Amino acid sequence: MKRLFLIEFHKLKNNKAAKILSLIYFILFSAIALFSSIKFTFGSVDFRLADQGIFNFPYIWHFNSYFVAFLKLFLAVVIVSMVSSEYTNRTLKQNLIDGLSKKEFILSKFYGVLAFALASTLLLFIVSLVLGLIFSDYDEFSIIFSDLEYIGAYFLKLVGFFSMCLFFGILLRRSAFALGFLFLLWIFEGIVQLFINFQAESLEFIIQFLPLQSMSNLIIEPMTRLGIVKSTASQLNSEFTKTYDVEWSAVLIVLAWSFIFIYSSWKLLKKRDL
Amino acid sequence: MNTILKLNQLTKKFGSLTAVDALTFNIEKGHVYGILGPNGSGKSTTLGMILNVVNPSSGNFEWFQGNLSTHEALKKVGAIIESPNFYPSMSAEDNLKLVCQIKEVDYSRIDMVLDIVDLKDRKKDHFKSYSLGMKQRLAIASALLNNPEILILDEPTNGLDPQGIHQIREIIKRIASEGMTILLASHLLDEVEKVCSHVVVIRKGNMLYSGPVDELNATHGFLELKSEQTEELHTFLNSHEAIDHFEEVDHEVIKAILAHPYEASEINKECFEKGIFLTHLVKRKETLEEQFLKLTKNQ
Repeated sequence: MKRLFLIEFHKLKNNKAAKILSLIYFILFSAIALFSSIKFTFGSVDFRLADQGIFNFPYIWHFNSYFVAFLKLFLAVVIVSMVSSEYTNRTLKQNLIDGLSKKEFILSKFYGVLAFALASTLLLFIVSLVLGLIFSDYDEFSIIFSDLEYIGAYFLKLVGFFSMCLFFGILLRRSAFALGFLFLLWIFEGIVQLFINFQAESLEFIIQFLPLQSMSNLIIEPMTRLGIVKSTASQLNSEFTKTYDVEWSAVLIVLAWSFIFIYSSWKLLKKRDL
Repeated sequence: MNTILKLNQLTKKFGSLTAVDALTFNIEKGHVYGILGPNGSGKSTTLGMILNVVNPSSGNFEWFQGNLSTHEALKKVGAIIESPNFYPSMSAEDNLKLVCQIKEVDYSRIDMVLDIVDLKDRKKDHFKSYSLGMKQRLAIASALLNNPEILILDEPTNGLDPQGIHQIREIIKRIASEGMTILLASHLLDEVEKVCSHVVVIRKGNMLYSGPVDELNATHGFLELKSEQTEELHTFLNSHEAIDHFEEVDHEVIKAILAHPYEASEINKECFEKGIFLTHLVKRKETLEEQFLKLTKNQ
């Protein structure tokens, strides 16, 4: 395992595009967090996002893991290009000739995916912890480290998403096609959901199995959980209840998708003549 | 005998096209093999199959008496296929380090192999800044990293300028002289003739011949003779037991095919004794090109 990871790491370390994109990602990541702590002055009103309670423990775990997740698109580009460039430079072929098996090749890429997801999760954890320690109204140890399942869910969300990118990269061999296909899938899932919601409500259970939707189901939107919104909502509708927990069913579905994507990548590569 | 590679009825079909048809031959340690065939004869597909990048349709092959899985076996093989494939933005050194990690060999050989192909001065430069000749030399260096049991080269001089071709040939010759087993696929016959001891001839996916270069066709060579005394020479050759038949090729030069091995000096002596004075006498083997053309035409 170490060998395969080191092989992938060696490739990434020497890839300028991957390095720059990753750097942008991690800078943006930190910048967004900092941005929310800046004080805006609208006329006589001081507004600071951080003061709205979003950085209170344990809510911050939920809030941050939901809102920084869209940045994963940057890393998706890195993942897709690190796969497709192996095709375009024909280095995949050379790797195999040099004695890497097709299984090892996919595994080394998967370890790369895990590493990106892990680094990103770690950063999320650290940034949230720091912001929380600065702005949170509560700082008891037990409160700080409660609700950490959102961090785990974030990690899984990234692993699932990156595995999908890996698969598309293997399948389509060109970055642009793979990213375009990702976009098409997003639109396709939207259409399916619209259709089901308006035409076939009995099929609603299908929605949670759609790959992109299942990943987004891992972390439910945190806005309505925010104090102000919640109190307004409960005034309007006294039966306002919604669970924000990470659902086990969602976890299982995403795990299954990740496995399917990685396994099919391997099968696909095995069948192919290069 | 130490068999390195064994092909058994190896076949590859692309749709209705049979690119490689039931190829069977062995590669023994210590020989230099040439795979000969025109463009599109299935050479690269064959190499692709034994190198784990093309899936055979049927048949099989085994490396090192089948004791290792293909990808493990390939760690003991050095191979370059068609064009040199490396990571463009990595330096030569970093590219070789990656190959070392894949093949699980020590970094210590990097400088040594770069020295063999004369690229040590440029090792820090990006691969993409290399000329084609340098890229091809780097590919050879990479193939030598693990001190391989067998070196497989597919069209190593393709697209190179004369100087590049010469350099690559010199490198191959040097490696061959050190006793390494080499498998060289090429459509350039003089290339194969210069370095190979054994050949496998393929046409349209079928194997036409496999064996030592010398036995490619079972002739013993021929003599080219010329004399002012044409009549006497004809009579002499007609009656000579070592001459199978003869024909006049051009400008009264006679091409006499030998029936069994016979020295030119003997012929010269006998002619002299019969009072025939030769103005021209050469003993030659048919070139690989002539033999190859004959062989592929016969089919």
